[in-house]
Order: sequence, then C-alpha cells, then structure tokens
Amino acid sequence: MDIAVCVKTNPDLQLMRVKDRAPVLEAVPFKVGDLDKNALEAALLLRDAAGDGRVVAVTVSEGDRKIRETMKEALAIGADEAVIVSDPALDQSDQAGVALALAGAIGKAGPFDLVLFGEGSTDGYSGQVPSRVAELLGLPEIGYARSLQSTGAVLRAERSMGESIETLETALPAAVTVVSEINEPRIPSLMNIMKAGKKPVVEYALGDLALDAAAVAPRRAVRSNLAEEQSRKHVLFDGEPAAQAEALINALVAEGVLGR
Amino acid sequence: MAAILVYSEQADTALELVGAARGLAPQLGLTVSAAVLGAEAAGTAAAAAALAAHGAAPVYVCTEPALEGLDTAVVTQALAHIVEQAGASVVLLGSTRRGRELGGRLAQRLGAGCVTDAISLTVEDGLLVAGRYNLGGATVQRETIATPVQVVAVMPKIFEAGEPGGAGAGEAVVAVSAELAAPAVKVVDRRPKEGQAVDLAAAARIVGVGRGLAKRDDLPLTEALAAALGAELACTKSLADFGWMADDRIVGLSGAKTAPDMYLAVGISGQVQHTVGIAQARIIAVVNQDKDAPMFALADYGVVGDLYKLVPALVERLKTL
Repeated sequence: MDIAVCVKTNPDLQLMRVKDRAPVLEAVPFKVGDLDKNALEAALLLRDAAGDGRVVAVTVSEGDRKIRETMKEALAIGADEAVIVSDPALDQSDQAGVALALAGAIGKAGPFDLVLFGEGSTDGYSGQVPSRVAELLGLPEIGYARSLQSTGAVLRAERSMGESIETLETALPAAVTVVSEINEPRIPSLMNIMKAGKKPVVEYALGDLALDAAAVAPRRAVRSNLAEEQSRKHVLFDGEPAAQAEALINALVAEGVLGR
Repeated sequence: MAAILVYSEQADTALELVGAARGLAPQLGLTVSAAVLGAEAAGTAAAAAALAAHGAAPVYVCTEPALEGLDTAVVTQALAHIVEQAGASVVLLGSTRRGRELGGRLAQRLGAGCVTDAISLTVEDGLLVAGRYNLGGATVQRETIATPVQVVAVMPKIFEAGEPGGAGAGEAVVAVSAELAAPAVKVVDRRPKEGQAVDLAAAARIVGVGRGLAKRDDLPLTEALAAALGAELACTKSLADFGWMADDRIVGLSGAKTAPDMYLAVGISGQVQHTVGIAQARIIAVVNQDKDAPMFALADYGVVGDLYKLVPALVERLKTL
C-alpha cells in the first residue's frame, strides 16, 4: 500500500509567548504538526498491515520554517521517503496555494492508494487543505477518522460526527484526515534517527509541478492577529491534598460562588 | 443583486446563519438566500419553510438521491451549482465537522478563498471580515477574502437565529435539480452516542474534565464532585471523541460556550480549543498535576496535584459545607 502523508511544519506553541497581545514567534523552534504525527503513525500501521508499499511524507515550504529538519523528523518516525516543494513564491501562500503545491507533488511522486492528513494544523487549524487537495485530485474524502482499516481495495473508517458515530467505506484511492484519538504516535528510536539521513528526499520547485507564483498567491488578507484580553487572579494553594481542598473551597465560598 | 447563500446540515445552525446574514446583508448590499440539501423530502421541506420564515429568499432545495448520507464531494457539487444559480458572492456554512470539511472543498471548486471556524463576522471598509482563533487559540486572526466568491464556515452558537420575518419572509422555495455523481463514500453504519441532553450554556456551576482522567471507569469520581458542588459535568472534546461523554457535554470551540459563576477544570491541560468555551466564566478554578499546564494561566484559584487525591479531598470538604 502506497501512502502519501501531508506534513506541516509548525512552531512549537508551548514555547510561544504573547507580548502586548501580540504573539512572539522569534526563536520558537519548529516541529512536525501534532496531528500529522497521528497521520504518519496511521500510515505506517496500514503499510505494515498490507505487508508492502511505501509511506511518503510530503511538505511545502512556508517562509523560514525549517522544513528540511521537519522532514528528517518524519523520516525518523518511519516515512520511507520525503517530498518537498520549495519555492520562495510559497512564502506568502495560504491554504489554496499550499493545496495546489501538495496536489501537484502527490501527482508527480505517485500514484498513491491513500493520501493522509491530520484534521488540522497545530497553528492555524483551518482544516481546509485536506479538502482542497481531495477536490484537486478528484478523490473521495473521509474526515476525522478515529480508526482505519484497509482490505487493499476498500478502506473502512469510523468517525464521531455531532450526535452520531459513523462507519464509512470507500474504494481506494481516497483522501482521509485523522483525529488524535486514532493512535499514539511512536517516538523515533536512535537507530531510526540515524537511518533517516540516508533516506531519499526529493525536492520540487513550483515550475516542476506546472505551477507559478500567480497560481499560489494568497486569496485572503490578514487584518490583525492579537490575543484576547483576560484578567485572572492566579492564586495557587500549596500543601497536602486535604489542605489544598480546604483552601480552594474556602476561596470559592468567599467569592460567593459556593455555599450559602 | 448578488446574494449571501446560507447552508448548514444542522437546521438550528442554518437559522443562526440566516440571522447573521440578515445583519450583514444591508452593509454589503446583498440579499439573503439559503440552501437545503438532502435525499429526504419531508425533512428538507420543513427546514426550507423555517429558513423562508426567517427571511431567506429564495430557499433553494435539492433532494437528489445522491445526497443521501451527505458525502462531502456530492454536497460540494450541489452547492456549487446553487451558488451559480443564486449569484452568490458570500457563502456562509456552519463550521460543524461536516461544514468545516465542506468549506475547503467547496472553496477549491469555486476558486474561492475560505475561512473556517469563524467566531466573528463584521463589515469594515465595505469588506466582510471574519475572525477566527489562530496559533492554537492564543490569538484571534481577523481575515478578509479577496476572491469574487467568499466561503466562510461559522462556528455554531455564535449568532442568534433572530425572529421570523425579514425582507422576503415566506417567499419562494426553489426546487433545484442538479446532475450529481453517486457518492464514493458509503455510510455502513450510523449510531447515536450515549448521554442525556444538558444545557451547559445555562449552567451556573460546571466541573470540566480532561485527559488527566486516566480511564472511563474513573468518571464516577468526577460525577461525585459535580454532585457535591451542585454543578453540571462537562468535558474536553477528546473525552467525547473517546465516547466517554456525549457531545453536548463538550466545552470549547466545538462545543458549548459557557458563562458559569464557577468553572472547575479537573485534569484539563488548557488548550485554547477548550478554554475559548470558558472565557466568560466569573471564577475559574483549576486542578492539575502539571504546574506548567496552560490551564493555570486562566486560573483565579488553582491547586497543583494528583486529581485522584484532590477530587476525593474536595468531595470530603464539601460534605462539611
């Protein structure tokens, strides 16, 4: 089973600060998107269950994000190959341009039985790119899979939608997004980290995919990106659990939100 | 005159979007229309009548058999057809899981820019501005779309449905026939989730539970705390996705926006996808074993420690209140 996994390079939001309501991203390290790791894990399990095939991690350059390091991480996790679309014209792209580049790369590096994504990126979390790529490639699409099985020709997925749990089936090839509950992503072993450097990495420019700067120009403009205002008291109670419980309940009673 | 076209597979969300569209339409110089899709005639007719009564005119109704199961690729074809028929320049979708998936696909088909999970819609300098959480929810990014058609998926429960009436109240329902490909995704099984209805938005006290809880069998521990506090039990989206609690107990971006007197977060890390649902709480208390959990940044009062020790201690203390 040949599987493409789309991987986004995200800033590590745990290390991001907010100053004067503005996000401070300088010196924040980059990493493989959280849900992209679930997608990689799902791909590796499907490949191994099928007994043959390859898992190819596909990414698109976005400004100064360190995509080559991220792809090394994806290869260490277990992808067999990496495909990178790198072009200065992609620096300002939004979901539409990224989807065009991904679809072009998937078409060129394929064919694939399955294209996997996390259901959203760690930073923007718009969820647009998977649907856009599916439309561009004319693939059936299953979003939010929390389990996946393949019989080779047919893919079966379970997902949680509003008030119901659905079981879905589609013929391959298909595009699928996964949620974090689907699996526990593996931590790369030292051996696999060493091996990652020797795995094949292919780079395309936009021209290799019959795309140009105009095709990937942004469709949206950002007016502002600021934190909402919040003020809280930040009182912490130390001690043994019983003492902490006592102090917390007393505080809530004093606030008038508990008791008489 | 160009139109705002409203669509959501959720009838109540569609009415909210009509409410939002009626507020925006005069500023944008647009009319308000709506679409109803589904293979089942009776349900679609009722939904169309409700949308028309709330001021959408016309309401386009497509009941092609291929829409059974609402496969995203098929819904995309049907809506793209209606966007053209309606002369729509703004498409408002409900940002449910289905709607969010639809947003990207429809936008791609229409060559449109798109914003999903919008939490605000305003008109500035004659342009539609959509706000959405960004950077894991640390910020709100306000965006405009530059394409001739704009697709915006709006979070449910942001706008009020509004009163029946409006410009074209009760006007035409237009039956749409479209050539749609058969769905490539088959629904093999669809079963309801467990759980009873609860209205967290109206709750005065809420105990929220997150992944700090190790297993479903431990839920009674937190249920006992909620009972002792006279609080509703709520959860993060993860716990509902595990099937431990029903979706109507989710607090956050994909669940209830609450405004209780007191919100007690137990074992919740504090991802913004959750905390956006408690920003309006008067007092926030936090129990978490990780002192660096982002949840503490929102705490009025907090205790760092093992919830398996602290929750029973809290229940014990509440007995003497």
